[in-house]
Amino acid sequence: MNEQPLHDLDTLRARQPRFRGLESGHRACQGCGEALAARLTTEAAGPDVVVANATGCLEVFTTPWPQSAWRLPWIHSVFGNTAAVAAGMEAALKQQGRATQVLAFAGDGGTFDIGFQALSGMMERGHDVLFVCFDNEAYMNTGVQRSGSTPHAAMTTTSPPGELRMGKRHMKKDILSIIAAHHIPYAATASVAYPSDLRKKVRRAMDTEGASFLQIHSPCPLGWGHDGAKTIEVARLAVQTGLFPVIEMERGELIGTLPIREPRPVSDYLKLQNRFRHLFASEYRARKELEHLQAIANRNIERFELRGVGPETYDTEGADTVHRGGDRWA
Amino acid sequence: MALALEGSQALARTVALCRPQVVAAYPITPQTHIVEGIAKLVADGHLACEMVSVESEHSAASVALGAAAAGSRAYTASASQGILLMAEVLYDISGLRIPLVMTCANRALSGPLNIWNDQQDSMSMRDSGWIQLYCATNQEAVDTTVQAFRIAERCELPVMVCVDGFTLTHTLEPLELPTAEQVDGFLPVYSFRHGLDPADPRSLGTLVGPEHFSEVRHAHHQAMMRAQTEIEQADADWAAVVGRHCGGLVEARGDPEARLGILTLGSVLGTLEDAMDSDPELPRARFIKLRSFRPFPAEALRRACEGLDHLIVLERALSPGAGGIVGPEVQTALIEMAEPPRVHNYAAGLGGRDLSLDLYSRIVQAVFGAERPREFAIIDAEPDLLPESDR
Repeated sequence: MNEQPLHDLDTLRARQPRFRGLESGHRACQGCGEALAARLTTEAAGPDVVVANATGCLEVFTTPWPQSAWRLPWIHSVFGNTAAVAAGMEAALKQQGRATQVLAFAGDGGTFDIGFQALSGMMERGHDVLFVCFDNEAYMNTGVQRSGSTPHAAMTTTSPPGELRMGKRHMKKDILSIIAAHHIPYAATASVAYPSDLRKKVRRAMDTEGASFLQIHSPCPLGWGHDGAKTIEVARLAVQTGLFPVIEMERGELIGTLPIREPRPVSDYLKLQNRFRHLFASEYRARKELEHLQAIANRNIERFELRGVGPETYDTEGADTVHRGGDRWA
Repeated sequence: MALALEGSQALARTVALCRPQVVAAYPITPQTHIVEGIAKLVADGHLACEMVSVESEHSAASVALGAAAAGSRAYTASASQGILLMAEVLYDISGLRIPLVMTCANRALSGPLNIWNDQQDSMSMRDSGWIQLYCATNQEAVDTTVQAFRIAERCELPVMVCVDGFTLTHTLEPLELPTAEQVDGFLPVYSFRHGLDPADPRSLGTLVGPEHFSEVRHAHHQAMMRAQTEIEQADADWAAVVGRHCGGLVEARGDPEARLGILTLGSVLGTLEDAMDSDPELPRARFIKLRSFRPFPAEALRRACEGLDHLIVLERALSPGAGGIVGPEVQTALIEMAEPPRVHNYAAGLGGRDLSLDLYSRIVQAVFGAERPREFAIIDAEPDLLPESDR
C-alpha cells in the first residue's frame, strides 16, 4: 500500500481549506487558547494585512529567531505601544494609497494596562485598525502575574490566596465599557469556543472603516491551571455561566449578544481551574467569594440580557447570535 | 536669498521639503514650533502627509516607527521629558534598524522642572544606537536635517538632529532654505528593504536569544561606525548642491596655530568665537566642533586636535557622580596620539543658564598653566548660593 507519510507538511498545507496567517510548528503550550484565537483571527482576516504585535506569549512563541510562524508581514516593537505602531502603519498605508488592512495584537496586559493609553489614543483618532485583545486574564508570558483583566478572586503569583487574601482583591476591568465610551464604529467580544462567531466578527471589523476592537477570551492552561485538552470546554463555560459575555457594539451601543439558553452555575467553570481552587475550601470566605462571583455572572446576564430560549446551539454559522434590530451581517 | 526665520519655522519648512509621509508628535513640556509649522503646511495643502497628533511621546516615536516600517518616510520632534518617555521606543527603532529622523530641541531634564536649554536629554540617549548630529547654527540645523534623511535611509539607522532649545529653535536668524529641486535631487524616494509588505511577508522585531543577540549588536555597532563615511559624504554632497557645509564629523575652526583647543557641541560655539574675536588680548584658541557625537569620530578627532597642548571639553550635560560625558570619551580617543593634549572637562549653561561672552576668558584662565587636567566642574555654578552642607 502506498501510504502518504503522516507528517508531510506540504501535503497537509495543501489540504488546508483557507489561508493561514499563523502556521503550525510554533512553540505555544498544548491547548493554548491564544494560539487558536490568533489562528482563527488571521484566517478570517486574510493575507492582505500587516500586523503589529505587543510583547507577550504570542510574540515569543511565534518568533524565536531565525524562525517565524507568521505568513503575514508582522512587527513587534515593545509592550505598550502596539496601537501606536499600528496607527503609524495605517497612516503610512493611507498615504501610499494602499488598501492593506492593519491588525494590532496584544494580550490583556498590552490592552488593559500598559498598552491602554496608546489604544485609547488610536481609537480617539479613528485609525482604520482592528485591535485584537487576546484576553487570558493575567501576565502569562512573565509567569502568571495579575493584570487589570484578572477576574476577581483568581489566584496569580502576585495575587496569591493566604490568611488575609482570597486571590485578586479587585474586579476585572470592564474594558468594553471603556472602549464603548470611545464610540468607535465596531467593538465586540468573542471566545475561542465559538470559532465561527469569532471569524465573522473579525470579518465584520475588517469591513468597518475606522477603529474596531475585538476582545477574545483565550484560556491559558498553564496560568489557569486546567487540562490543556479542556480549553474549549473551559472557554465555553465562561460564556455559559455569564462570566464572559459575548457581545457586539456599534458606536458604543449594544447591538447583539450570544445568548445563554441554560445558564450554568459559575462553580462549573471555576472548579476546572486551579486558579480558583481556594474558593472550594470548606470555609466561610470561600463560600462568600463563590457567591460574589455568581452575583457578577448574574449581573452580566441581566445587564446584557443574555438569557436566550431553546436548546444550546453551540457554534453553527451565526444561528446562535441574536441581533437587536438592523440586518444580519453574517 | 536669505530669510529671517525662527529656527523652528525654518526646520518645519525644511522637513516639509524632505517630503515625509507621516509626521507624529506630542506637545510635551512646550513642543517647539516645528510640528506646528508642519501641521499648518499639511492643513494648507502644501505637504501631502499624515500628521498624527498622538497622545504621548511614547506613541509619537511608535507611530513614526510603524510608518517607516510600513514604507513611508517618517519624522518626529521632541525634547527633554519627551525623549525620556520615548526611550524604550528609541532603542527599539535603532535595534530594528529603522531609518527615521527626529529633531531633538535640546532641553534640560526634570527634576526640578526646567524647560530651558541644555543637552542632558540627547546625552541620556547616548547609548541608544541613534546617530546624533549637533548643530551650531540654525543654518546647520536646516542643512543637517536634509542630510539626516539620506544618512538614515542609506545606513538604515535613525538620526537625531540635536538643535539647542530656545537658543536656536526660538531664535530668528538669517538663513538660506534649499529649494524643492535641490532637496529632491539630493534625497531619493524613501525605500526600506526590510519593510512590511503582504507580497513579501517578513517578521520584524522577533525574539532573539543569546545565540544571536551579540551578532545583532555587533552588526549595529559596525553600521554605526561605517556611518561616519556616510555622514561626511552627505555633508560633502550637500555642499556641492547648496555651497554650504556643516563640518562633516568634526571641524576645527578658529586659530589653527593655537596650542589651546576648546571642544563644544551645539550653539555655544558662536558665543566662544565672538568672545575670542572681541578681544585681541585674549589667548587664541582652536575650536573643535564635534558635530557627530554618535558615531564617535575618534580618528577625525585626533586629526583635529593635532598640535594642541590643552583641550577644554565644554559640555552642557553631566553624569553626576562621575563628571562630564563627552570629556572622558574625548580623552580616551586622544590617548592614542603621540603627544595628546591635556584634557580639561567642564560643564556650563545647564538648564538655560546664559552663556555670556566672558565664558571664554573664564575657561581659558581656568586651565592656564595647568600641568595636570583640571578637575571636572560646572564652571558657571555658584556654590556660594547653596547651604554650606551642599557646596
